[in-house]
Amino acid sequence: MAHPAAPEIRTETMVLNMGPQHPSTHGVLRLVLELDGETIIRCVPHIGYLHTGFENTFEDKTFHQVIPITDRMDYLAPLSNNLAYCLAVEKLLGLEVPERAQYLRVILVELQRIASHLVWLGTHGLDLGAVTPFWHTFRERDMILDLFEGISGVRMMTSHIRIGGLALDILPGWADQLREFLRIFPKRVDDYEGLLTRNRIWVQRTQGIGVLSAADAIALGVSGPVLRASGVAHDLRKAEPYCGYERFDFEVPVGQNGDVYDRYRVRLAEMRQSHRIITQALEGLPEGDFKIRDWRYTLPTRQEIKTSMEALIFHFKFVSEGFSAPVGEVYRPIEGPKGEIGFYIVSDGGRKPWRCRVRPPSFVNLQALPKIAEGRLIADLVAMIGSIDIVLGEVDR
Amino acid sequence: MEQEEALSVAEEFVATRKVRERFPEWVLESTVFRGEHTLVGRREGIGPVLAFLRDDPELRFDFLADLTAVDHLPRQPRFLVVYHLKSLPHNHRLRVKVPVPEEDPEIETATGVWPGAEWLEREVYDLFGIRFRNHPDLRRILMPDEWEGHPLRKDFPMGKVAVNFDKTRGK
Repeated sequence: MAHPAAPEIRTETMVLNMGPQHPSTHGVLRLVLELDGETIIRCVPHIGYLHTGFENTFEDKTFHQVIPITDRMDYLAPLSNNLAYCLAVEKLLGLEVPERAQYLRVILVELQRIASHLVWLGTHGLDLGAVTPFWHTFRERDMILDLFEGISGVRMMTSHIRIGGLALDILPGWADQLREFLRIFPKRVDDYEGLLTRNRIWVQRTQGIGVLSAADAIALGVSGPVLRASGVAHDLRKAEPYCGYERFDFEVPVGQNGDVYDRYRVRLAEMRQSHRIITQALEGLPEGDFKIRDWRYTLPTRQEIKTSMEALIFHFKFVSEGFSAPVGEVYRPIEGPKGEIGFYIVSDGGRKPWRCRVRPPSFVNLQALPKIAEGRLIADLVAMIGSIDIVLGEVDR
Repeated sequence: MEQEEALSVAEEFVATRKVRERFPEWVLESTVFRGEHTLVGRREGIGPVLAFLRDDPELRFDFLADLTAVDHLPRQPRFLVVYHLKSLPHNHRLRVKVPVPEEDPEIETATGVWPGAEWLEREVYDLFGIRFRNHPDLRRILMPDEWEGHPLRKDFPMGKVAVNFDKTRGK
């Protein structure tokens, strides 16, 4: 008896839900994946699980009260968020910040960049099974958090950068603590590189994975290290300097292939550049005020309050009702650890922003995930998510 | 006098000048505040203007930094859709604002010009209720799918509506 022709093998795609509680989705990211075997055909991110309406809350706060809320968006880089917000308000008010405050701001946000990249490196390694770097990176991050505690009293949600300058000047001994960190840090970056850069497993799991071309990156609005890893040398610290970044000598690391490995290389190189910037800023740190002396826009110092009646009145007015800003609108982006973060503030002349919109780098960068994931293996997906470096607090706001 | 000066600065900016030349009917206003250039234009014909801004060799606004909206209640037209554009080759920025009326909150999508506009427009749709014509996937993005209302509208009741988890409403 002749066999009938072998029936055509029919396969169906499978829909798999990944997250929002999956440990490698870095928070509450949920991905709906359509799989053909192990290949991802479609990847649809679902976000919003952490949405708390920050932009709505901003509209109900005075300009000064907004600052602590900005900490909680990208909670791995609160100082960068503070700086982006304060620069926007200062631009709106037309304020000029003293030089010492600018130098200290640069030191703080560069430390923040290193801290953010350290968390990224540790968790990204963890996702791919490299457990050791995690312990190393968190050890150094702890030193940075100690520094933040030493300057502001708080380890994470510092709110230390304020409109017109800083909350407090550095205390005696803080610079030495920072010097100690600067002394050991380059060696520690060498250690991370020793663990990963030529590690065969690491290279095989990251090279050629999650490739994003320069043209796609620009079209999707991707910024920060992800954009630079694709070969676009765009860094707002160079292109549109703020806080006097033009004074410092540093390079913008750029990748070639735009894959997960290049993003790793770019971020590691950025940590070394941040180290260079901090060293220069600490050496050149000028004497002077750590904030403006216009008490309409900033809290008078303790000394002033105790000795001047006017300062006491300004203090009362500042705390009880805040200040009003001129009618207008500004957008002042900065180069945060994740990319271009900027606040678009619309003022109607009142004491609260009429509209305060944040341009969230994680949100925009995450949009590139379906682009780089579709057609690839599901096993590589965690590497791709990790390499974009998102913080869901900022994606969802 | 100061106003005249500001006006002439605004007109000198290459983007303002070229858009005015090419689309004289489209431009409503051009301003400069704190060194930032803003073009206000009509909702009709926004598509070709955005494509022109991206493609013209002297402008090359290839990077859509941000897309958002502002609710100016009670002013009419109530909404403004705001584009923040950046040119990586020329390193200049431009803000484009387009008034959108309350009774017909709809505007052409920018996803054809910058694919990155997709999520940003979904967010504006979600939080302001402005629809984007020809958008590939216009769904809510931050709020739950079954949510009613648009939270960033100025008339959205803040903190006055009890929000309880309801099994029958969720999916």
